[in-house]
Amino acid sequence: MRASVRWVTVASIPATIRLSPRAASAAASRMPKPKQRRSTRFQDALFRWFTRSFAFLVLAILLGIIVSLIYGSLPAMQKFGFGFLISAEWNPVTEKFGALVPIVGTLVTSLIALLVGVPVSFGIALFLTEMSPLWLKRPLGTAIELLAAIPSIIYGMWGLFVLAPLFADYLQPWLISTVGAAPLIGALFKGPPQGIGVLTAGFVLAIMVIPFIASVMRDVFEIVPPVLKESAYGIGCTTWEVVRNVVLPYTKAGVIGGIMLGLGRALGETMAVTFLIGNAHRLTPSILAPGNSIASALANEFTEAVGDVYTSALIELGLILFVITFVVLALAKLLLLQLARGEGRTT
Amino acid sequence: MNLQAVAVRAGPSATAEPLPVKISIRHLDFFYGNFHALKDINLDIAAGRITAFIGPSGCGKSTLLRTMNRMYSLYPGQRATGDIQFGGRNLLDSRIDLNMLRAKIGMVFQRPTPFPMSIYDNIAFGVRLYETMSARAMDERVEWALTKAAMWDEAKDKLKQSGMALSGGQQQRLCIARAVAVKPEILLLDEPTSALDPISTAKIEELLSELKTDYTIVMVTHNMQQAARVSDYTAYMYLGELIEFGATDDIFLKPKRKETEDYITGRFG
Amino acid sequence: MKSLYSRRLFVNRFNLAMSMLAMAFGLVFLLWILYTLFAAGLHAFSITLFTQMTPPPGSKGGLLNAIMGSLLMATMGTLIGTPVGIFAGIYLAEYGARGWLAPVTRFINDILLSAPSIVIGLFIYEIYVFQVGHFSAWAGSLALALIVIPVVVRTTENMLRLVPDSLREAAVALGTPQWKMILMVTLKAVRAGVITGVLLAIARISGETAPLLFTALNNQFWTTNPNAPMSNLPVVIFQFAMSPYSDWQELAWAGALLITLTVLVLNIVARLFFRQAPAK
Repeated sequence: MRASVRWVTVASIPATIRLSPRAASAAASRMPKPKQRRSTRFQDALFRWFTRSFAFLVLAILLGIIVSLIYGSLPAMQKFGFGFLISAEWNPVTEKFGALVPIVGTLVTSLIALLVGVPVSFGIALFLTEMSPLWLKRPLGTAIELLAAIPSIIYGMWGLFVLAPLFADYLQPWLISTVGAAPLIGALFKGPPQGIGVLTAGFVLAIMVIPFIASVMRDVFEIVPPVLKESAYGIGCTTWEVVRNVVLPYTKAGVIGGIMLGLGRALGETMAVTFLIGNAHRLTPSILAPGNSIASALANEFTEAVGDVYTSALIELGLILFVITFVVLALAKLLLLQLARGEGRTT
Repeated sequence: MNLQAVAVRAGPSATAEPLPVKISIRHLDFFYGNFHALKDINLDIAAGRITAFIGPSGCGKSTLLRTMNRMYSLYPGQRATGDIQFGGRNLLDSRIDLNMLRAKIGMVFQRPTPFPMSIYDNIAFGVRLYETMSARAMDERVEWALTKAAMWDEAKDKLKQSGMALSGGQQQRLCIARAVAVKPEILLLDEPTSALDPISTAKIEELLSELKTDYTIVMVTHNMQQAARVSDYTAYMYLGELIEFGATDDIFLKPKRKETEDYITGRFG
Repeated sequence: MKSLYSRRLFVNRFNLAMSMLAMAFGLVFLLWILYTLFAAGLHAFSITLFTQMTPPPGSKGGLLNAIMGSLLMATMGTLIGTPVGIFAGIYLAEYGARGWLAPVTRFINDILLSAPSIVIGLFIYEIYVFQVGHFSAWAGSLALALIVIPVVVRTTENMLRLVPDSLREAAVALGTPQWKMILMVTLKAVRAGVITGVLLAIARISGETAPLLFTALNNQFWTTNPNAPMSNLPVVIFQFAMSPYSDWQELAWAGALLITLTVLVLNIVARLFFRQAPAK
């Protein structure tokens, strides 16, 4: 383009004009050469397209997961249809499979994890933001985050070798003799105190999700503007009242988001549950009994599954798990968006 | 409001012969989405002089400055219509090579923005985009740019240190050196001293008076006294309109419009 | 009136006491787990861990092939996943203002970040292991890469968003083409944060078992062939811990200690690195 050539030479004019003719020619020979003007528009477009393709790749991964899981579940879906979701049968010999036991196990262990984990996480977040002396905040916060860093297989081993025997010897007999004797609720606590089982798995799961939920809660508690809290203190509220009436309503979006994040983790957690849940395909109301979760069934049985139907049934379990976690996470995000929009704030 | 008319109308404080015009703005309108931020601006920027834009916050002076190097093109939803003549072309034309434009028209921002690299590389970065030169020629260029920014003595022993390890005033002079190193024709300065302490501010104001011999300078400032001290021409803007433009002495001593007088005497703003 | 006030005080004290208990709950279990790990693991810790292969049941040995396998697959997984994550993160932060692709990708990335890792393993099984007909270290590395990618995308995007626009504008004002501005100025400015993100991703995959269960499987012997099943620490620990053999169980604890130490060290290094870097 002639215009761009003209602009390049304009830049060199001021220096030469001010010099004498002899100095000018000497200066011109020392003058740095302008670079070749390749179209930077093309380079920019190329780079944009390049990074864009990686974003597409992320999309493709998700779609690939869904498609491949559906494809792999087809034999089982064709054989069992929707009955798969409500059948408790699991017989590799007769090739009759049903997802009810693993689904229930997944949901119940996650529920126990939240029932124990959410109050504790809340307490930890409350302690870290309102009660802890300044010098303790960082080490304690780091300690809680360390809980999150410990790999799940460690939790499984510790649960199996340390916690389960303790549960079997102390906690579970106590539960059976107290709550287990009550009507209705008692049915949840029946059976021999084996140590491993749904309750133990849920409990260890709680310890695993606590750091996630507590971190999110602590982060949102900390960004509450001090003015808001001060105005509550100013009319004589106690710390608890400030938290309950100012901090919690202000942060409810983040708190719910954190809880759903923890739920997502609990639903998909594999190794700790596999060690502790007992791998039994039996449906009983008692949480002291062994059971199965989707992830643990997959971990235990997939590599030994023989036959298309067996394998396909397991893959369909994986698909169900993926759908459940997808729905939970998507709901969490939509909920957060709605809450933020309703308050006129964007997260 | 063209310069020839201003020069003729003005008294002894302005030069008698017409000044070369570096940038000529005609009927410029600017929109942030649907918001009409600049309304029919007509203005000439004199070559080799310092022109200041003053006015209360939100009057559009930074917006106007940023049209001149098409900085707004980075953001979708911002657009300008009209004519800004530079080097014989309308720089609002979509066919303009923006990178080359910005090599001719440099900008220094309100907050110092050193790149995450050494002082030497900060300056060499821009130069390397447009010129290939030997290491020794680059050393000379870096020294020249730092000298122009009155920083050579302070920086010459620290060239390999990170640009971010300097004080605020030094960082801003580094940014000026960086802008000057690519030898632009025009320097746009967007409130260059508002984030600096008074001593650094004074140093930079001194620097600007020296720089104007080689460059045309356009400066936005919210500090009227600075405009009065430093600039040759001043434009007073209010709510997106150019209220008055003329030689600085005239604007401050004999303003023609009441709005200008009100602002300058501090009656509002 | 007075009883209402004393009730409020009681409620306040009670709840604060409960929160202290909750904190203690967390700390107790952390310390308990770490103590168990160290006590049982150190007991079996010896130099033979690093010199001998995994033994058949009932005899003594080490974890050498498992350690090598884990190192190899973690490296490959990181090498594959990091560039993908960084470039996708660049797209989201720098080009993501317009259009549908960026918000959708962000949403999907968050889903992948919290997706059950066993499903990732299943996915790689379906599209790779099943197609080629055998387990392999490549499959294991791919599964690990899929776990690295969302972490790196998230940290890269967040870090890039922290860069103030004025720095970008300063580069653009010199006439820098956008791609150079992104790579040589913006990304460079947050280099430390991005590296921290990668370190945290490595820490995460070091402890992952589920994605390796049906991809790399396991291998009793030493192999450097990435196209065959490869031994790795997590699956070995799983197998050994669930077995009835005490020798195997001891090795499992030692391996567990090794993994935990690696993860903790990586976390600490990442934190220190990140805290140091901004002073530059």
